[in-house]
Amino acid sequence: MSGVLVVVEARNGALSRVSLEALAAGQHLAKQLGQACSAVVLGEGVTPVVDELRAKNLAGILAVEHTLLRQYTADGTTAALEQVVRKTTPAHVLFPHTYRVRDFAPALATRFGEVLISDVIAIQPGPLFVRQLFQGKLNADYRHSGSGPCFVSVQAGSFRADALEPASTPATVEAISVDLTPAKIRTVPSEPFRESAHTVDLASAAVIVSVGRGIREQGNLPLVQALADALGAELAASRPICDAGWLPMERQVGSSGQTVSPKLYLAVGISGAIQHLVGMKGSKTVIAINKDEHAPIFEVADYGVVGDLFEIVPALTKAIAAAKS
Amino acid sequence: MKIIVAIKQVPERDAQITIAAGGKWIDAGDLAYTINEPDAYALEEALQLKEKLQQAGKSGVEVIALCAGPERVASTLREALAKGADRAIHILSDDLGSRDTLALAQLLAEAIRAESPDLILTGLQSEDLGLGQTGVVLAELLGVPHATIILQVEPTATGLRVKRELEDGWFQHIEMPLPALLTIQSGGNKLRYATLMGIKKAKSKPTATIAATPAHAPAAIELTRVYLPEKQKRTQMLTGTPAEIATQLVEKLQSEVRVL
Repeated sequence: MSGVLVVVEARNGALSRVSLEALAAGQHLAKQLGQACSAVVLGEGVTPVVDELRAKNLAGILAVEHTLLRQYTADGTTAALEQVVRKTTPAHVLFPHTYRVRDFAPALATRFGEVLISDVIAIQPGPLFVRQLFQGKLNADYRHSGSGPCFVSVQAGSFRADALEPASTPATVEAISVDLTPAKIRTVPSEPFRESAHTVDLASAAVIVSVGRGIREQGNLPLVQALADALGAELAASRPICDAGWLPMERQVGSSGQTVSPKLYLAVGISGAIQHLVGMKGSKTVIAINKDEHAPIFEVADYGVVGDLFEIVPALTKAIAAAKS
Repeated sequence: MKIIVAIKQVPERDAQITIAAGGKWIDAGDLAYTINEPDAYALEEALQLKEKLQQAGKSGVEVIALCAGPERVASTLREALAKGADRAIHILSDDLGSRDTLALAQLLAEAIRAESPDLILTGLQSEDLGLGQTGVVLAELLGVPHATIILQVEPTATGLRVKRELEDGWFQHIEMPLPALLTIQSGGNKLRYATLMGIKKAKSKPTATIAATPAHAPAAIELTRVYLPEKQKRTQMLTGTPAEIATQLVEKLQSEVRVL
């Protein structure tokens, strides 16, 4: 067992951003270990992605084509990757931490008697894999102690896609055939669909005021709406607010909602669970107002206020209105 | 139809977490515990499914709450019974912290196999460790199909049709035969409260307590250290009265952030 194998995903025929980040993590880990980094892509018609991979500094590219991999299923992907890993015997297998990876990678690791180290935010010498606990309140170092391959998924935004090294000479491409049969695929997926009209484009908003559980009830929302109006900002929310139906889903920021990178992100009553932070940590300036001084949102905030939002938000709205007049 | 809901007890969301001496885990001293929120949604989905099937004239629908952990998790199981689960299974274990996901899933799988359920539900991830894997590993061990991050479950003539959440506001329907395992996303339903009648009834509902068997293999991953996250940014904390804080913030918005 040697080497780092990165499992990449394509989106509309191109490598997804999180896949580029996972490749950067793979190169980083391979360098630490003094080993080679390769990539594997699965699907049908993967040539454009393979060509894109050839421009990256990789020791090898594995292309796995099969009609049963055209549409993602957990059974198909798990079976195909199991065969690839048994054949190529990497010491480490890295994935981007996507909804798809969350669906199959734990099963893949189980087939090797291993446990996926999921949602990793950094890789330290050892290697030690850093991940968060208790909704981001604590960090933890994990070490692989199994005898098989070590499976790791990498959180979005933790490694820089632009740190990815380009190829000096294009890597060799190896086509790997896998044995899959329709009978082994037990689920029938339908085409993905969107529900809301997506009339709110948070991604292009310059200023966002975002509200979380701290607002306590729907009747208190006008308080933050007034602040957003004063700032000329879009109003957004963390997941629980949209789940409760207090604001439409299209205003949700986070891994299951929109990813935003405004000039200013003003977080009101948001504790900052990982799933929320991945959607907003690209913001230029973050201001956080929260009653809990240990809230993880303060880790990514430029300015922090520990206090009662019901006192601070109206005072701020008033002060902004005064400054503008 | 027999439905098993695997639930976990975790520290309450607002709990003040402190690191224990030795730096390997948290100080469990005075922590208050509750049901893991996504597991509460899994239980709710099971109870609604039972009601739907009963309305359609199906009898013999049973919801079983399953939880592994020390004595204290009995309170979470009692709450599940009070909300409407028919019976509970408690895998009594004081050493869960030393077991990895695979070893824990093996414990749950042994208890589940003995029941031969049609459907297993659990939350998509826990609020403490957040590894998000127990459900998928369990499906693999049980040899049943699975789907993750599910918001809706509908019974069909041949099995189930479920609505799976994807990224960026996308969804997908998936059909699958039974038996199957689903991991449930928070927010798909409205959670019910236990009624007084439910709490009273729970007292006469059976809870089977079974002793945990030792782990089959040494752990494949090991948590070596817990610590407070390093700040990714230098946060400037603003203090004073609300009016003073507002004045300072406006000043930052004008001169530093330049949005005013």
